[in-house]
Amino acid sequence: MLSTAVTLAFALVAASLALTLWRLLWGPDKPDRILALDTLYVNSIALLVLYGIYLNTALYFEAAILIAMMGFLSTVALCKYLLRGDIIE
Amino acid sequence: MLEATLSALIVMGALFIFIGSLGLVRMADFHTRLHGPTKATTLGVGSLLIASMIHFSTQGNGVSFHELIVTLFLFITAPVSAHLLSKAALHLRVKSLAPPPELVGRTDSDPDLVQ
Amino acid sequence: MMRWLLPHPILTPLLVLIWVLLANSVSPGTILLGVLLGWIIPLATMRFWPDRIYVHKPLLLARFMLVLLYDILVSNLAVAWLILSGPRHSEPAFVLVPLELRSDLGISMLASTISMTPGTVSSWLSPDRRTLVVHGLNVTDPAALVETIKRRYEAPLLEILEPC
Repeated sequence: MLSTAVTLAFALVAASLALTLWRLLWGPDKPDRILALDTLYVNSIALLVLYGIYLNTALYFEAAILIAMMGFLSTVALCKYLLRGDIIE
Repeated sequence: MLEATLSALIVMGALFIFIGSLGLVRMADFHTRLHGPTKATTLGVGSLLIASMIHFSTQGNGVSFHELIVTLFLFITAPVSAHLLSKAALHLRVKSLAPPPELVGRTDSDPDLVQ
Repeated sequence: MMRWLLPHPILTPLLVLIWVLLANSVSPGTILLGVLLGWIIPLATMRFWPDRIYVHKPLLLARFMLVLLYDILVSNLAVAWLILSGPRHSEPAFVLVPLELRSDLGISMLASTISMTPGTVSSWLSPDRRTLVVHGLNVTDPAALVETIKRRYEAPLLEILEPC
């Protein structure tokens, strides 16, 4: 039962990654692309966590934490760039 | 029972993630697109992480509260990045279905006031 | 004296908690190191915390958190339904929320709360910090939305952080 649930979840997360990628490539404006990148990193955390459950290993959490921190920082930096045209003032 | 709860949490989390990303593609303008990823996706990942926490805590190698930190981090950072994205979109005057309030246009063009 | 012993009464327990979670163990050594870090880091970053933060009503804060958790769950179901039923069924709008909160922490907590709950994202804070622009996904009655935000989220935050 658990393995069926994990397989189904893999399919759903992969589909959402594809949708996000579409918005990243298509996105008419710059904020759309940044939002797509933001969603992409959150989705990839989900994929890593699922993979951890699937392989029954806690090894991937450090990667999840790092992706969460780096993703947030890059979103903030990109938004700052859009707002001010500069990252470090 | 435990397995059923875990499976329900995992499928629910994945469904929320999917709905959030669907909102990103389906909605008509940037400001409405912002709602899906900030709320649904964050809750989806949160529920997946809680499922993982229960899974590893019941493996017999002691409790695992590792995942709580990622969940907390996501729940704290998601509103911040949503606010910044929304602010950037208002600043760039991205196409919007709802007319932006006139207050924004008035003060946003003044470089001394923008923070 | 107090400033040296306990430089930041909220940050210290938070840092200990984060350290324990990161190490994923509750052995005495981990907690000791966590307390040490929780004491040194606020001391080193003291200059970034100009005014001290006081939580005046911890019980009310706990109640507020529970209300928030419930609202996050409900709002997610509502947003999920709006997304599934398609863009034609939603009426997006910007509303202006006049702020009574004055502190940085209060305003940022309110803005984050708004972003996490029913179909609203806080978009923009006016430079004089008196108005918050909020984008709603499906606004049928803007006045009622402002009223809900003020009653449900701002009033408890005002009582918790700025009781005077």
